[in-house]
Amino acid sequence: MAIKKSLSARKNELSNPENQLHFLSNGIFREGKLASFEQKVKADNDFPLRPKKLEILQINVGYMCNQVCAHCHVDAGPDRKEIMTRETMQQCLDIIKSTSTHTLDLTGGAPEMNPNFRWLVEEASKIGVKDFIVRSNLTIIRSNPKYYDLPEFFKKHNIHVVSSMPHYTKDMTDRQRGSGVFNLSIKALEELNAVGYGKEGSGLQLDLVYNPGGAFLPGNQESLEKDFKNALKKDFNIEFNHLFAITNLPISRFLEYLIVSENYEDYMTTLVEAFNPAAVANVMCTNTVSVGWDGYLYDCDFNQMLGLKVASKVQHIKDYNEKLLTNRNIITSQHCFGCTAGAGSSCQGSVA
Amino acid sequence: MANDYYNSSDLKKFGEITEWSEELGKKFFDYYGKVFEEGALSAREKSLIALAVSHVVHCPYCIDAYTKDGLQRGITKEEMMEAVHVGAAIQSGATLVHGVQMMNKHKKLSM
Repeated sequence: MAIKKSLSARKNELSNPENQLHFLSNGIFREGKLASFEQKVKADNDFPLRPKKLEILQINVGYMCNQVCAHCHVDAGPDRKEIMTRETMQQCLDIIKSTSTHTLDLTGGAPEMNPNFRWLVEEASKIGVKDFIVRSNLTIIRSNPKYYDLPEFFKKHNIHVVSSMPHYTKDMTDRQRGSGVFNLSIKALEELNAVGYGKEGSGLQLDLVYNPGGAFLPGNQESLEKDFKNALKKDFNIEFNHLFAITNLPISRFLEYLIVSENYEDYMTTLVEAFNPAAVANVMCTNTVSVGWDGYLYDCDFNQMLGLKVASKVQHIKDYNEKLLTNRNIITSQHCFGCTAGAGSSCQGSVA
Repeated sequence: MANDYYNSSDLKKFGEITEWSEELGKKFFDYYGKVFEEGALSAREKSLIALAVSHVVHCPYCIDAYTKDGLQRGITKEEMMEAVHVGAAIQSGATLVHGVQMMNKHKKLSM
């Protein structure tokens, strides 16, 4: 499924989050063929979901990206111009200094494309968070000479690099992420390895993210990691630390794919039937706050893309108040079944 | 009579066979689950064997189930197709090896 432009640029009706939420609340859910997320969680007396201790601050620095992946929940692409300003970044830095969170997680789009990305990393690394993640799509490192030094830059600031890699073969990777992505990703991984990333004893963490390349759930994370490690080592002498298996949530471009390919009902049925109460206890919205490019706060990156701001008096990073934020109900809808299916799913992979 | 002998939605009802024979159904599903656990063969290898056998026994439910299972395990389409060819080769070989019986009989009856 080759996609050249974002839903937004194509003026597709799904580019409006309200239309996505409307779609997800009707059809098979309205007809009663499937239980809603609220009904499922209520059955275990876990509704509404509530935050636990805030551990991860995830900042989306913009939706611009050099790729247009078929499954992207951000609807990112070269045509997206939403970019976090330095002023909003400064507001985030002020919060990072005072917050109890131990993990800072920068995401996008391709976060490296934000013109103030390096400044943000330099300033944030001075503060000293325990785990400083940058979600890099890999190809950005080889897309333009101005990014060639990123592996060294990441190393200098002890960045924990988390990179997308849907498969260890070209065919399955390029189908999801675009023609030529696999070869560029391999080249980028070789360069990360060359400066020590993913190498035993280097202390430089390189993790890969696996998203299924279609309308099916990820398999066992441990088994997939083993297969990825064997194949990438054998074919390219590439090493990495861990593989995070992440389920595709039925929003944005993946929702478009499900509808167009006539897989929507079967996929939602699979998610609902795989609902795992044990995963509910550890979903990432219970320990994460997501900051949008414009500084607004969300329960997770998915709710951000659906325009569902936190249900709190505090809705913007400039007004950040951890106590007030912790005392809120998490907003949920049918897309949340993606995080509670099977072994569960989060930005850190399986949760159950 | 039903319009279709095979209905893809029936796969989801497979577990219902236990309702009409609880003991045997339960024993079957326990056995089935055990067979596909990691063992001397990996669960990945077993999935490919299951896919090949699904074709040989012409089971559309099994083909759907083990194609999806293979995708979840990261098995490539090339691996899946090779597995199907293994099944096809054995099945066609099983037909052709009977040609020896035909030859034996032919020789016996011929002058």
